Amino acid sequence: MSFVLVQVIVGGLLLGAVYALFSSGLTLVWGMMNIVNFAHGDFVMLGMYVAYVVYTLMGGGPLLGAPLATQELATLGVVVYFALIRDIMKGPMLAQILGTFGLALLLRYSVFWWFGANFLSMPQNIVGGTFAVAGLRIEASRLLAGVVALLVTLGLHLLLTRTSLGSRMLAVAEDATAAQLMGIRPDTMQAIAWAIAAGATGLAGALIANFFYIVPTVGETLGIVAFVSVSAG
Amino acid sequence: MTLKHVSGLLCAAAMSFGLASGAQAQDKVVKIGAILPMSGGTASIGAHAKAALEVAMDIINNAHPELGNLPLAKNAGLAGLGGARIEVVFADNQGNPATGQNQALRLITEDKVAAVFGSYQSGVTLTSSAIAEKYGIPFLNSESVAANLTERGFKWFFRTTPIATDFAKIYTDFLADMKATGAKTDAIALVHDNTEYGTSVANTISTAFKDKGQPIALDVAYPVNATDVQGQVLQLKDKKPDVIIMISYTSDAILFAKTMQSLDYKPAILLADDAGYSDPSFIKAVGKISQGVFNRSSWAVGPSGSPSAIIADMYKKKSGEEMDDTVGRQMQGFFVLADAIDRAGSTDPAKIQAALKATDLKPEQLMMGYKGVKFDDKGQNVLASGLIIQLQDGENYVSVWPKANAEKAPTLPYRGW
Repeated sequence: MSFVLVQVIVGGLLLGAVYALFSSGLTLVWGMMNIVNFAHGDFVMLGMYVAYVVYTLMGGGPLLGAPLATQELATLGVVVYFALIRDIMKGPMLAQILGTFGLALLLRYSVFWWFGANFLSMPQNIVGGTFAVAGLRIEASRLLAGVVALLVTLGLHLLLTRTSLGSRMLAVAEDATAAQLMGIRPDTMQAIAWAIAAGATGLAGALIANFFYIVPTVGETLGIVAFVSVSAG
Repeated sequence: MTLKHVSGLLCAAAMSFGLASGAQAQDKVVKIGAILPMSGGTASIGAHAKAALEVAMDIINNAHPELGNLPLAKNAGLAGLGGARIEVVFADNQGNPATGQNQALRLITEDKVAAVFGSYQSGVTLTSSAIAEKYGIPFLNSESVAANLTERGFKWFFRTTPIATDFAKIYTDFLADMKATGAKTDAIALVHDNTEYGTSVANTISTAFKDKGQPIALDVAYPVNATDVQGQVLQLKDKKPDVIIMISYTSDAILFAKTMQSLDYKPAILLADDAGYSDPSFIKAVGKISQGVFNRSSWAVGPSGSPSAIIADMYKKKSGEEMDDTVGRQMQGFFVLADAIDRAGSTDPAKIQAALKATDLKPEQLMMGYKGVKFDDKGQNVLASGLIIQLQDGENYVSVWPKANAEKAPTLPYRGW
């Protein structure tokens, strides 16, 4: 019985770390711009598909898939910021909700259209296995995701508190007009924030793809967890 | 929402074009509404079902003399309605009972369909068929197995598939046979989601085993579309049941397979209740780590050149997937409905209802392995039947029980990966 309990605790902690990873992007955007990104779960989904496509086309596993997913999603984040978010931020709250929700549907059904509705799964790869420590079974893919989650969370914290870029981003978050008077361009800062947030989300997706199924609606399933973790923590 | 509206408009535009040109070229079209999960966690099922219904439409609307005794295949269109064509209006239920209900309402009041077909998930069938009942429109269900669907005293609800009580009997008989060959089947665990399908099928199976004097040892429930099932798998690993019966949709079935592998847990016998385990994308995603899983089915492809093999080929050409039990039951149900409309010779709901009640199809007129199609007063097909199949090589299911229909002998224990 106690063995099961320990296994549950270990599994729970790793899972918690993964949740932290894919919630970090949501927290950043929410905290800095007061925008709730309803397309967050679908960013995770896109990250998973990037990892899947990279693996099936080029091989290489998470070593290649994860950085590419980060980069692709960061680019998407900037595009989304300039094409959509910048404008809807000027509007009422409802515009933000509908705007990001619409984006979620656009992304989800574009993937449906391109990849179809079938469930996909990553082939076995270097982090596909499981190892046992003193009888406890630990999945390598979850451990990797958990460790990266901690590093990314720590990195984001240091970026915001210890660098001049972080200070400038926080300044914009606090008072965009005042920051502008100090020579900081809110547009640039917010675009960077979106790039970081979306990049971290894409990274999370690529890592989660190693142990979760991949399907266009997976964002719905995971997105809810992200909202809960951000609201609760 | 935006997308849905745009596609709705496109559909409307397409339909008005179709109607305009159809009025000249084709004299008559019979519209049937199909409510299916085109999005949500079971969207793969909806996509496969759509391909299957398109093949069925092709078979009905065009001449296919090679399909032998299959009703409506020989000539083009419905002979009873002067060669009228069948047209399916697809509606997305999003896997959501409330959406399914709205779609039924829309199909009946806006699209004026002659009959409604659907809706895969038992929970969605429950709500959407209630609308059809209210409006007096025939509703044919081909794949929802919750036993209570035909216990509601509905007059317009007809179901062709074998249901939970039928398989519960198959499972008890199968496990009794396995026990006779020396397998241990004393402690049985049920694993099911919290949907209408999961809870009601679990109840039915648990009652069936209790009646045989073998109460279920462990009941493990989980929320549908779960993000994590480690707790459930650990519970099973701790209690070590001899047999696990899985009642899960595709997404959860895949997650369970992956989690069982990562926690290194294999029961001696893993028996799945169709649903997710029959989805071709389940086999592609985790078939290799689920070798030896048993499943139920009413589908067998048959020798090449037989109608079922020809239909399987047509389906594969259309969808790129192998034919499975779920789409087979859906096509079979659709043929039964089309046959009733043909015999009714009219799109009048009451006449279709009467024709459905008079349905009496023989095994040689079917593509599925049922003993026939004949509805009782509740609208349930009393001749529906099934068999047990096993995923022995991780790629294709083969029938293993009962012996009379078996291609191969069942292998034990569950191999997994």
